[in-house]
Amino acid sequence: MFLGRVMGRVVPAVVCEGLQGVPLLWVQPLDKNSRPEGRPMVCADGTRMAGPGEIVYWEASREAALTLTPSFVPVDHAVVGIVDTIQLDELPGQEPVPGGAP
Amino acid sequence: MIFARVAGRITSTIHHPGLEGRSLLILDKLDRGGRPAGGSLIAVDTVGAGPGEMVLVLDEGNGARQILGGTDLPVRSVVVGIVDYLPD
Repeated sequence: MFLGRVMGRVVPAVVCEGLQGVPLLWVQPLDKNSRPEGRPMVCADGTRMAGPGEIVYWEASREAALTLTPSFVPVDHAVVGIVDTIQLDELPGQEPVPGGAP
Repeated sequence: MIFARVAGRITSTIHHPGLEGRSLLILDKLDRGGRPAGGSLIAVDTVGAGPGEMVLVLDEGNGARQILGGTDLPVRSVVVGIVDYLPD
């Protein structure tokens, strides 16, 4: 799984069977310091509760579809959970994280 | 499996029901010499890995579901071992 930030919602006009009513979100992948990393993508929201601005964790490939019920759906990225806190360990020899994690 | 170091953990109240009570670690990927190889990931902990420890991560969905139980768990990465040291 990987970290991401919800940037917005996507409202489809027509979807495949099994995807009706599933929220779709724009998600910007983040590194462990909550900095953007890579290109944004559309994720199905397995929690059905994530909203813009929230930090989430997401999964790709077959495991993404397993967040939904039924799980045999054409989904390749999905939000698995909403992050409450990120605690990074301060290890010797490492620079402190600029700005810190939320 | 891939080789990584525990860099932190995340907490989450709202998540897939299959992750209830699971510990989620932030891991930095390492190269063969134990140096950061770039990139990080979040994995479910099954061995009680602590801060800074080098770990082995299973990064495959079917194996992950076998270890954690359940056929519909949306998890691909699982910490399955703690590395003591790397012989030269």
